[in-house]
Amino acid sequence: MLEVVLFFFIVVAGTGGELCVSRAMKSIGEVHDFSPRSIINFVLQSLRLPWMWLGIALMSLGFFSLLGILSFQEVSFVVPVSALSYAAGALGARAFLGERVSRNRWIGIAVVCLGVTLVWWSRR
Amino acid sequence: MTHTRRLQLKTIPLILISIILGPLGNVFLGKAMKRVGSPALGRTLDLVPIACRVLTSGYIWLGVACLLAFFVVHMLLLTWADYSYVQPATSLSYFSITVLSYFLLGEVISPMRWLGVALICFGVFIVGRTSPSTTGAPERA
Repeated sequence: MLEVVLFFFIVVAGTGGELCVSRAMKSIGEVHDFSPRSIINFVLQSLRLPWMWLGIALMSLGFFSLLGILSFQEVSFVVPVSALSYAAGALGARAFLGERVSRNRWIGIAVVCLGVTLVWWSRR
Repeated sequence: MTHTRRLQLKTIPLILISIILGPLGNVFLGKAMKRVGSPALGRTLDLVPIACRVLTSGYIWLGVACLLAFFVVHMLLLTWADYSYVQPATSLSYFSITVLSYFLLGEVISPMRWLGVALICFGVFIVGRTSPSTTGAPERA
């Protein structure tokens, strides 16, 4: 049961956080210059965005849940199961970022979910 | 060079870097947390000594450093590529995490688990063949 709760936070809070970060990044725009100075500027610019901070908060919740579950479960079990965030990511990206998710992507996501099911069955 | 081709030239190398950094970070975290052990449930007082042991573990900081580097690469990618493209593409890391867990942590990977990971990677392959951006510059004429 504890595993299920922790996986919920890893998948939902982690993905929600990434969606917020993605929204913040899109408002900055495409990066063309990879010099150290412009990368530092890019990081500072992103830290001024509220979406960025909401994203960081949610991702932190996901991260501490990950640490918790890693204290008693195998890495090769935890990380593949957290691939459920694909389904969450595609749903969220469609609803929240207005990205069009093509039929092929949905098929890929379904295969990923099948893989996650098999990994879950291999639980010790 | 088309817009999509130019995007792929910088997208693919950054994705490869993130495939190594992310899993390596998780392997270090796993190594650290196994040493710390799981907290006794419902006893919040236990959390203080556990937090101390977590924060003083060298592997935790090594893991965090890898994940931070991964995060910066990931953010750079997200400035031009769709989230629903980047997430699946970087997630070839599900294969590298399994290999790293086997070699660095000595975890036993059952055939069922390998099959599951292979399916995850196959799903990723299908998703990765779609266009990097659907909301930016339109490719359709």
